[in-house]
Amino acid sequence: MSTGNAFLVLSAFLASAVEMVEALTIVLAAGVARGWRSALTGLGAATLALAVVVAALGPALTAIPLDALRLVVGGLLLVFGLQWLRKAILRASGYKALHDEDAAFAHELAEARGAARVERAGLDWYGFTLAFKGVLLEGLEVVFIVLTFGSAQGSISLAAAGAAGALVLVAAVGVAVRAPLARVPENTLKFAVGVMLTTFGIFWATEGAGAHWPGDDASILGVLGFVVLSSFLLVRLLRRERRTQLQTVEIRA
Amino acid sequence: MSRLAAFGRFWWDFVIGDDWLVAMLVAVAIGATAAFAHSGLTAWWLLPLAVLLVLWLSLRRAIRSV
Repeated sequence: MSTGNAFLVLSAFLASAVEMVEALTIVLAAGVARGWRSALTGLGAATLALAVVVAALGPALTAIPLDALRLVVGGLLLVFGLQWLRKAILRASGYKALHDEDAAFAHELAEARGAARVERAGLDWYGFTLAFKGVLLEGLEVVFIVLTFGSAQGSISLAAAGAAGALVLVAAVGVAVRAPLARVPENTLKFAVGVMLTTFGIFWATEGAGAHWPGDDASILGVLGFVVLSSFLLVRLLRRERRTQLQTVEIRA
Repeated sequence: MSRLAAFGRFWWDFVIGDDWLVAMLVAVAIGATAAFAHSGLTAWWLLPLAVLLVLWLSLRRAIRSV
């Protein structure tokens, strides 16, 4: 497997795992608070909707010329990846609270328990829409990543295999523990996904713009190293700045 | 109209996110890379450096609003 393809599978797996852990938290909250029938129907309906999006967009993307596709996809991934990376750096340096899946579950559960019961088509409508929206929104990010990564690298099936691996793993663990996957190092995973998206974004947008990388596909490793190193330097810099800020506040108090 | 606005808002949040400056500067940097490449100049180094600068600027903006 080439460097590009290996990174493709790994990136699709990691990005999908992160989104699926969040979707699982929402489905669990809907199931526990409002009943499993409504939550699982919502999950099924959202999965069906996502399959329709993939079936409609997948073949359309493969028909676009590769350079144009890489330019657009690279640009989108770069904007998308920088959002992830910025949040991850802010979390790692202490400027933003770490994402806590237990707290997210408690919040969703409290809201779901407080909502009024309305029955439609024999389902608890709140439980159904909560699970449907949660899975659809988190799933759209997975679909976006799988389709853009896959089409720009020339293999949607490899990207889909990475995402499917994540789905099987998260679903299996979710069914086994029936609790939010709080032990998953979600913040670290999000950092890794931000790095991957940014790396691929830089690589493809540059190629799509008509420039050529020295070493072709192998230069992905160089770009990856640059993004990782830059991110860690920024974390160190901001962490030091944050510490100084907090010490100043303490001294003043 | 409100549904259309909500649809547009969803896609804006999905793609552009919290900081529109990132999207704008990335577009400018890609445009500059294309201009360099089509003038026959070596251009592969431009986007990585631009990304570092954009990330730094975006982080500073986020920290100021904390």
